[in-house]
Amino acid sequence: MQMLLISLLVFFIGGVLSLLFSRSGRIASIVGAGSAFVASIIGLFPALHSLFSGVSQQLRYPWSMPCGSLSFELDPLSALFLTPLLILTALASVFGAEYLRSWSLKKSLGAPWFFFNMLAFSMIAILLARNAMLFIISWELMTILSFLLVTFEHEKKSVRTAGWIYLVAAHVGVLFIFVVFIMLGMKNGSMDFDKFALPPGSIAAASLIFVFSIIGFGSKAGFVPLHVWLPEAHPAAPSHVSAIMSGIMIKMGIYGILRVFIYLGPPHEWWGWLLIGVGALSAVTGVLFALAQHDLKRLLAYSTVENAGIIMIGMGTGVLGVALKSPLMAAAGFAGALLHVINHSLFKGLLFLCAGSVLHGTGTVEIDKLGGLHKRMPWTSFAFLTGSVSICGLPPFNGFISEFLIYFGAFYSISSMNGAHVFSSSAVIISLALAGGLALACFTKAFGMIFSGEPRSGDNSRFHESSPSMLLPMLALSSLCLIAAFTAPLTVSAFKYMLPQLTGMTFSTSAKALDIIIKPLWHVCFISAGFFLWLFALWLLRKLMPRSEVVEKTVTWDCGYCRPNGRMQYSSSSFAQPLTRFFNFFLRIRTLFKGPRGIFPKDSHYMTETPDIFEKGFFAPIFARIHDFLVLLHRFQNGRVQMYIMYIAAMLLILLIWKLS
Amino acid sequence: MNWYILINIILPFVLAPFLFGVINRTKAFFAGRRGQPLLQLYYDLFKLFRKGSVYSVTTTWIFRIAPFAVFSSIVCVILIMPCGALVSPIGFRGDILLFIYFLAMARFFTVAAALDTGSSFEGMGASREVQFAALTEPAFILCMAALACETHSFSLSTIFSRLSFASWSGEGAVLLLVAVSLMIVLLAENSRVPVDDPNTHLELTMIHEVMVLDYSGPDLGFILYGAALKLWIIGSLVVGVALPVNTGNFFLDRFIFLGGMVLLAVIIGIIESVMARFRFLKIPQVLILASALSILALILQVRF
Amino acid sequence: MDNFRDLLIVLLMLINLMLLASSRIRYCIKIVAFQGLIVGLVPIFAAENGIGIGIILTALCVIAVKCVLLPILLQRSQIIADVRREVDPFVGYTASIFIGIAALVISFWISTRLPQMEKQVSHIAAPAAIFTVLSGLFIIMSRKIALTQVLGYLVFENGIYLFGGAMLLENGFIIELGILLDVFVLVFVMGIAVFHISQEFNHIDTDRLSQLGDWNAELPEEIKK
Repeated sequence: MQMLLISLLVFFIGGVLSLLFSRSGRIASIVGAGSAFVASIIGLFPALHSLFSGVSQQLRYPWSMPCGSLSFELDPLSALFLTPLLILTALASVFGAEYLRSWSLKKSLGAPWFFFNMLAFSMIAILLARNAMLFIISWELMTILSFLLVTFEHEKKSVRTAGWIYLVAAHVGVLFIFVVFIMLGMKNGSMDFDKFALPPGSIAAASLIFVFSIIGFGSKAGFVPLHVWLPEAHPAAPSHVSAIMSGIMIKMGIYGILRVFIYLGPPHEWWGWLLIGVGALSAVTGVLFALAQHDLKRLLAYSTVENAGIIMIGMGTGVLGVALKSPLMAAAGFAGALLHVINHSLFKGLLFLCAGSVLHGTGTVEIDKLGGLHKRMPWTSFAFLTGSVSICGLPPFNGFISEFLIYFGAFYSISSMNGAHVFSSSAVIISLALAGGLALACFTKAFGMIFSGEPRSGDNSRFHESSPSMLLPMLALSSLCLIAAFTAPLTVSAFKYMLPQLTGMTFSTSAKALDIIIKPLWHVCFISAGFFLWLFALWLLRKLMPRSEVVEKTVTWDCGYCRPNGRMQYSSSSFAQPLTRFFNFFLRIRTLFKGPRGIFPKDSHYMTETPDIFEKGFFAPIFARIHDFLVLLHRFQNGRVQMYIMYIAAMLLILLIWKLS
Repeated sequence: MNWYILINIILPFVLAPFLFGVINRTKAFFAGRRGQPLLQLYYDLFKLFRKGSVYSVTTTWIFRIAPFAVFSSIVCVILIMPCGALVSPIGFRGDILLFIYFLAMARFFTVAAALDTGSSFEGMGASREVQFAALTEPAFILCMAALACETHSFSLSTIFSRLSFASWSGEGAVLLLVAVSLMIVLLAENSRVPVDDPNTHLELTMIHEVMVLDYSGPDLGFILYGAALKLWIIGSLVVGVALPVNTGNFFLDRFIFLGGMVLLAVIIGIIESVMARFRFLKIPQVLILASALSILALILQVRF
Repeated sequence: MDNFRDLLIVLLMLINLMLLASSRIRYCIKIVAFQGLIVGLVPIFAAENGIGIGIILTALCVIAVKCVLLPILLQRSQIIADVRREVDPFVGYTASIFIGIAALVISFWISTRLPQMEKQVSHIAAPAAIFTVLSGLFIIMSRKIALTQVLGYLVFENGIYLFGGAMLLENGFIIELGILLDVFVLVFVMGIAVFHISQEFNHIDTDRLSQLGDWNAELPEEIKK
């Protein structure tokens, strides 16, 4: 715990120092990134220790804030979220130091590094806070700092719009979080988490709190339909910040839901159904929209929505397991969700860093303008490939393990308990399978179109691979994706310390349930290791074949056409078109098409875009109504000083009359 | 480990190419031809493995590694696959998922390699492959879920050792639905008529064959062999559901299982002879129908 | 026997799904005829205390009407009225199947909420019947051509019949015969109407029939003549 406080202090001091050194971009970067790296490494030790040993430590200081106290606690659940946070912050800061350098002439880099360090600071504070005031202040701090980071390139109009949408979405969420904490704290009149209790009339109240917490925290976690800020904010932010936001910040929403869930007592069955329903919707919708995007960072942002959905499905399975009193299902569901939290932050952080590297090396993330990058950026390509395989949930990488656990819970409930929940478990299975298949389409598209084939834009001679200090974090994350897969049984067995808290089961029950789940995981690891063995064996076999050395080089077979060029390749839109057309009743893709006309056709073009239906069809009309209403108030708020003086005078007069009469 | 478990591994590697021979013979019979020898694919493989290879200058190491990755995935699947009622070498709860996801892994690399060539043909095939796979996968997993519900277990070995003719007389409707659904999955996953036509390479209707257009020599050999193994793998699931013999006599059981596989190949041949390929717009509907069948199979078993 | 009966009922549900997915009217008519056959057979296999002559007679009567008479009438009217070959849906075939699956799940859920019948024949008969009714209604709602609407009514009626027949309701068959008569008249009237409408307008799209209403000032060309 002390080490964590030191880490917080280093974050803070480093941030302030980089602000002081903001004259020189280089020093600010080195100080900011260096302190973030060091602070993360310092913090990682207590986090890992608590995660694997189940020890929790507390600290409490009085605070002059009304209802507030500085109570901190590091328990395994916090440690679980803290671990990926610190790993990703350390690696992203190394990446960012180099990444931001190209701006150093145009902008001061002190402020971004201050914000970056303070963002990590605020997120750690959220995870450690055990007092509602402290929690909400840290939460607000996180929101504002990430807003400031999103609007790093505030001279662009699109970035300002994105930041605006993000800020509004975040504050709608905070409103509900306030209500949740007030309802929980009402009974004992204390905002400390350990004094939280359900208000009287607790059955309905618990459900209400649960729903509110899903709305409030869900707006941060990116559940459909509260995800609208993600595809705006992630592309706007600098890539290493997107990695942090997508990899970790949205997990704060998940953490919030889980933390509140602890205080709600035994869950109802329909809570699980609700979570599964929202999760399934997010998973499938997210990946469908991801598939239809042309901008790599938007694609990744939508894929974050998908993965948040998968985590939610896992939580739903777990909650349903608790409600049905099935320890195995509960353990599998929660274990899957928690493991996916770690896994997703690894591979999504990796993918965003890769996107940053592509942006850095080529100046664009428009998929249709890229192509053949593999030859120019081999290491980025390799890292993106591992990230893609992981995010598609394919063995032997880590994404598979967490999805496997969620499937395990669903299959267990189908095979051993018969009843109405077969429907919900089938919904889990269908949505995971569909999302998995679509994710495969989405990421083969992203990888294939950007890195494979020939360049689409003609000249790619100025494209260059990123420097080692950007590549190393990416390669570290790719290897972590693989390592996380093979150490998954150990990680899952550490969940026995937090499962009793979440599920209300005894320690021995949850440990026993986890033991049953871990057994197949070892098998999975075993067979996955075999995969690499066969790969190697086949490669050797190939070497042994009689004419293996005889290799002829030629062009790709082109059907006899003699002048193929890069623009004739399948583009990302054409690759995704069968699927997007198939789901067009949902996606509502807008097509602008002007075909060639006449004997000597001049210009023709074809363009598609996929606006977010929830933004355009749901939020935009609501906000338009609100806007219409607020316009009416313009009459009073017209900017003339005289009017405001008149208001004050009138108010004084009214008060005077009211008081004297 | 018992010696007979090795049969599980040896059988597919030895006999999988034979199924292709049977299919081709059946088609030839319907067309009134004599047809290729039954062992044609063995000759082809032998020939391909002794050849040199041609690579496009556009391709990278992904293209070179893809055949191995595909084949390794399939080897991993074979390790967890039961052979009729005979338990697999490695069986555990949830191996169904590893089974399906390793096949997806194979698909990922096939598609990545196809895109690596930068050819429009291959891009088109890859695009179709991922479209149909996204719809086949739910159907496949739902079939397994229905079987899991039927046999109260979700490890492949246990599922298939618990199925028997008694379950057909008890829950015939369920098993029939699953068998039909699995059959559709089999045709789609292995790119057979009516989803894809394995005979042509370059017409604009192709899926799997067009994705591997640029492969040659030993690489093509691995791909063909892998495709044959994949047909065997999914076919053995269909046979396991449709012909669940478990007499206890080891040799009789294996014999009936192999008979079932040959019969399956004949049926595939007949389907390919009497049916035309569907329009592409029609295929997703068929795949969704397969999902619908397995959902029906699942909810028929729900007791409230 | 039970197994075979359940198989028939499952087949009935599959036919509904196929009907939602198929695009050719002629094919749809055949499917509905086949459904009529199966629906007619179900009570025979569902009978608990032996197959009486009454049941067989009713079944034969039902099969004759549903599987032979009505389809022939429909096919005749299709040929005479020269209806287009595609059913021309408002809702696409794929979306229809999705909705079909949803309806399937919903009907299973509804059937669990129904009061338990003592003499209930098969636990899947009630959901199958509800599903058939729902898909009949959906076909009526989602297809444009008048002929498909008649098909929808037929499917709808099959569902009711299954509900009565398979649940062994008291006097179920008498009610059923009454409905059958209604449907018969309906098909008859529709056949005549379809024939005449198509003679007048050269099409039988119901969405364009709505233009006949006097609220619509812009009359179609054919009427202005």
